[in-house]
Amino acid sequence: MFSNSVWQIINLDIRQNLRSKWFWVYSLLFGGFVAVMFATGITESQIIGFVGLSRMMVTFMQVSMAILPIYVLISTVRSVVGDRENNVMEYMLSLPISFSAYFWGKLIAKFVVIFVPVFIALLGAAVWGTITNIDVPWDLFFLYSALLASLVIVFLGISMYISVRVKSQDMAVSTAFIIWLFLVAFIDLILIGIMLKMRGNPDIIIALGMLNPLQVFRTGSLIMFDPELTVMGPVSYYILDVVNRNLFIAFAIFYPIFLGGIFALWGNRLFNRRDIV
Amino acid sequence: MSNNNTLIHIDGLTKTFKKVKVIDNLNRDFLAHERIALIGRNGAGKTTLIRCILGLYEYQGVLEVLGMNPRKEREKILQEVGFVPQIPPPIKMTVKEMLYFFGKLLNKDERKFIGIANDLGLDVAANLNKPFLKLSGGMKQKLLVSFALGRQPRILLMDEPSANLDPKARDVLFQYLSDFDKNALMIISSHRIDEIENIVNRQIEMDLGKIVIDQCL
Repeated sequence: MFSNSVWQIINLDIRQNLRSKWFWVYSLLFGGFVAVMFATGITESQIIGFVGLSRMMVTFMQVSMAILPIYVLISTVRSVVGDRENNVMEYMLSLPISFSAYFWGKLIAKFVVIFVPVFIALLGAAVWGTITNIDVPWDLFFLYSALLASLVIVFLGISMYISVRVKSQDMAVSTAFIIWLFLVAFIDLILIGIMLKMRGNPDIIIALGMLNPLQVFRTGSLIMFDPELTVMGPVSYYILDVVNRNLFIAFAIFYPIFLGGIFALWGNRLFNRRDIV
Repeated sequence: MSNNNTLIHIDGLTKTFKKVKVIDNLNRDFLAHERIALIGRNGAGKTTLIRCILGLYEYQGVLEVLGMNPRKEREKILQEVGFVPQIPPPIKMTVKEMLYFFGKLLNKDERKFIGIANDLGLDVAANLNKPFLKLSGGMKQKLLVSFALGRQPRILLMDEPSANLDPKARDVLFQYLSDFDKNALMIISSHRIDEIENIVNRQIEMDLGKIVIDQCL
């Protein structure tokens, strides 16, 4: 499936990430979060009638939405531009490695080191639930895993594009932070509510909101346990008038993958066409 | 291609950075068996020329390496090219991981690299678990030289390869270079000719992106 050089870059990048303290802090954060939720009895509490692991998974998704995008952005945007700045890229790309192999190898390795700890934390919760006789909502587990993977992919694609595009690590981190702030600002449903009150065309406003991958992730994770989207208020009518629940779930999984893929392809194209060092 | 011996063919090569021509309409052929000293002061265009040959830069004009375009057929070309950079990059891999990585990527026996590094005075066994970036400048250079030479390339590009080496390691390196495959092309970039004149047979001096001296030695 992949050439030898892609495998070698994946292998190399994963090993480098495993050496990073950030990776272990990040992994422990998610693992520790699940442990804390079990310890504090969150599986006993209720949200819209949901208890047990469903309740925990909903909270897990909310935490993931807060942590994952900024972590993916900050940890990934420096990868290509950092290698360029410190001459690692000059040397690595003097070896028989194609530009595309280098780019995709780094992207895939990043996906593995970012997604696997989150998935293991979620899987760990499911396994612990099985051991302790708590009902495991496997449908929710698989859908949430897919949703988390698509969230990682979209921000990886954006990050790799930024990393190829900018000239310095400082610029990369600043750009990533601004993009994150922008997306977070437009996730706020209150903001959408205000915009609706300003008598803009609600279809357009909601369509714009649904272009935001963070908004899509949030709505996708809500619709999985709250099919009527009651927590979103009137916005839910607009969404559910246009698409049904299953279609929205498919959109929430595949749209971020598509968007991330577009950015990644764009980044790879740029990487292949410009001076490397 | 000018003839069967031509490993690098350059015709009208120009490289511009922000409207400044760093390489200005270069025309040359580099042949198998040539040992070229690429001389020039800082900013002459030596490193830029090497980077063009490695396919790291876009450029204007014609540049063929082993008859191929270095931008489009990188993997094929770079299987046959060994490179030692001027400044060792801060690679985080351990020496052991680097040996494994190069062995797998280049499909070569790691022992070949280890043998050359040991000859250059680097105790590989004692440094296996050290990150490359934690080695001293000389140790890094020895390892990079061993990777370049151990590949048995048809084209060897070295950018100031002896800058960080102690005199003994420098002697060993020059001995290796003297014994280097006679059918291969070797280009050594340096500020000074006196250091490498005994191992080269052609001197090319660059200044402001142009070749100002090209003579056989």
